[in-house]
Amino acid sequence: MFDYTYLPAPNLIPSIVEMMLKIVFIFSMNMGVFAPLLGWVERKQSALMQDRIGANRAEIFGFTVFGLLHTVTDAIKLLTKEDFIPRGADRPLHYLAPFIAVVPSLVAFAVIPFGGKYMLWGHEVNLVIADLNVGMLYVFAVASLATYGAVIAGWASNNSWSMLGSMRVGAQMLSYEVAMGLTLVGIFMVYGSLQLTTIGMAQENFFHWGIFLQPLGFILFIACALAENKRTPFDMPEAESELIAGYFTEYSGLKFAMFWMAEFLEMVTIAAVLVALFFGGWHIPFITHQGLIAAMGYLFGANFGAIAAMIIHVAVFWLKVVVWIMILMLIRWSLPRFRFDQVMKLGWKIVLPLALANIFITGLVLLAVR
Amino acid sequence: MENRHQLDLNTELMVLNMGPSHPATHGTVRFFIKLDGEKIIHMETEIGYLHRAFEKHCEDGTWSKAFPYTDRLNYNSAPQNNVAYALAVEKLMGMADKVPARTVYIRTIMCELSRMADHYTNLGAATLELGALTAFLYFVEARELTWDLIESVCGARLTSNYVRIGGLASDLPEGFAGKVKEVFAKNRVFWDEFDKLLTKNRIFLDRMRDTGAISRDDAIAYAFTGPCLRAAGVEYDVRKASPYLAYGNVDFDIPVGTTGDNFDRYLVRMEEIRQSERIIEQCLAQMPSGPININDAAVRNPSKEEVKSNMASMIFHFKNTIEGIQVPKGEVYVPTEGSNGEVGFYLVSQGGGKPWKCRVRPPCFALTQAMGHMCKGSFLADIIPTFDMINLIGGECDR
Repeated sequence: MFDYTYLPAPNLIPSIVEMMLKIVFIFSMNMGVFAPLLGWVERKQSALMQDRIGANRAEIFGFTVFGLLHTVTDAIKLLTKEDFIPRGADRPLHYLAPFIAVVPSLVAFAVIPFGGKYMLWGHEVNLVIADLNVGMLYVFAVASLATYGAVIAGWASNNSWSMLGSMRVGAQMLSYEVAMGLTLVGIFMVYGSLQLTTIGMAQENFFHWGIFLQPLGFILFIACALAENKRTPFDMPEAESELIAGYFTEYSGLKFAMFWMAEFLEMVTIAAVLVALFFGGWHIPFITHQGLIAAMGYLFGANFGAIAAMIIHVAVFWLKVVVWIMILMLIRWSLPRFRFDQVMKLGWKIVLPLALANIFITGLVLLAVR
Repeated sequence: MENRHQLDLNTELMVLNMGPSHPATHGTVRFFIKLDGEKIIHMETEIGYLHRAFEKHCEDGTWSKAFPYTDRLNYNSAPQNNVAYALAVEKLMGMADKVPARTVYIRTIMCELSRMADHYTNLGAATLELGALTAFLYFVEARELTWDLIESVCGARLTSNYVRIGGLASDLPEGFAGKVKEVFAKNRVFWDEFDKLLTKNRIFLDRMRDTGAISRDDAIAYAFTGPCLRAAGVEYDVRKASPYLAYGNVDFDIPVGTTGDNFDRYLVRMEEIRQSERIIEQCLAQMPSGPININDAAVRNPSKEEVKSNMASMIFHFKNTIEGIQVPKGEVYVPTEGSNGEVGFYLVSQGGGKPWKCRVRPPCFALTQAMGHMCKGSFLADIIPTFDMINLIGGECDR
């Protein structure tokens, strides 16, 4: 059953304005900040880890701005490259695949709360685009759509390497989706909800953060999330030394950039889900949601205080996301990649049983507590 | 519907053409693979994409002119090839024992420095292709420092062209021992970091262990040499089996594996880096003083000052350059331990200033021919570590 309460019924215009602002905010954060910037972060962070200087050559009038302009040159390069479609390729599907890949990682963000609820001039602002009561289920459903993008890309390219890559994507995503769903069942049992705002509010107390209540679930979820993201150590589908570039071998220009972007956006989504489920969402440790609003209200007055609290909460949320992105990058640059059969083995023989055990133990503990 | 059994689902094997323009084959080799899913049913190897007719070229120039070509065999450890060729020519001329002691030691040091550089490159590149880019860059830095040492000796990094028949191009620079000490201290840190990142890393272990394995007998049958043979459990190293240069005077161990898989090859190479450090340190301690060139103007050109002031010296210089060093009639084969296995030069002289035949025994040719044998039945992804660990160098294999 869908809960339609999030629909803007009573005061229509403020609700629509609020909704549009939230969508624009999330969209601009993802497409405007993270998608282009993560390329730079990846370069600079790996450089830092490897005793290198990293990107520092692109310049405008002698200003390099810490290599940030490489993002611009990347964009120009990818926009002006020839859009190559191999002979024998399935043209419509070849066009469609990158879109299917990139859209889910954007829309998955809709249910992730990036702040709490605030009263502004008598209008309640809920900082989540769509407060679905099926929350995480929606994320799973949408994330598995991205698989189609990769599989179709490999199929449509008429290339053996792409085909191998897309077969790997299909198998890997299928296996890890099952495991990923089960790793989070523990969280749903503990918080008694799939709705991410409810889970977020339940983590107001620092010691009720998901990481403390579900440590095993957290570790398993990270493994599954990395596998879903298709980055090292789980980058078999695009293993550049084996499959050249895997399913997007035959892509160039902007379509290539879209696969690239999809990968980065997925990383942001994964980091955001991690924060929302395991790291207290927008909460600051030891400061309650209402406590901060009250404190800010005391300083700036009720309405502006709520806005101040909102800004702080949103900033805290994104800060946590950024920290998690950095950790995900750290993992990506430190580990070698698995072999395909080993990934399958890990998924079915280790992660899945452990996830089931986690559910069982969580159930026992919950019974004992009650 | 009479022959119903003929309507059974029929699955075809996938035929893949891996290389020569494939990231893992480095542009110099082609694998023809039949795949059942991801499993390799059949694999053929095709080499020759980097053939430059090196051996034929040698017949056109004088004996000395082959040195720059030898640099381009295994370009990761160029000085070793220089030394191997010089040793062969010197043996052919019957003056192997007349080479000054200092030269022998310097050649040993250069051989071991380039062995270190080669292993750094090989192990680093292997991890790169397994996806661990950070570990790769640690060893690239270590190789860089090792190359700085080689550069300080001969002025070049990649193609050293350092050794001469009966001597060397130049003596060691001042303060070389100190520099070596500094570099080794730094490289040990990189070695330790690399070791920590990979040797006990579960993912790395899973990728390397039990992949590309070859039995002891098969390794011998395929004429394996070097780290790959030793990984299979055969304690054969030319440096120990028939000591040349100064290897008889220094103390070092040969690491030997047991399983012959990629992980043992990795471990053997890691240990050989340490052993090379030991050899170099001992060589530097034992380093004799004295000349670096043989005192025979017909073999090694006199100094420039002498050439410009002394009539006889000038004639020798002229004759050495135009006619080449005169090598008596005969044939010779000299094996040396390259970083990748046995590097040997088989030379035939009909007398005169040019080789009549120059044949190289490259270690990775024998290793590459076993690729199909080692990869059959394993997964597509196993080609990567196996191919990295046999360390095919196109320049050497295809010549």
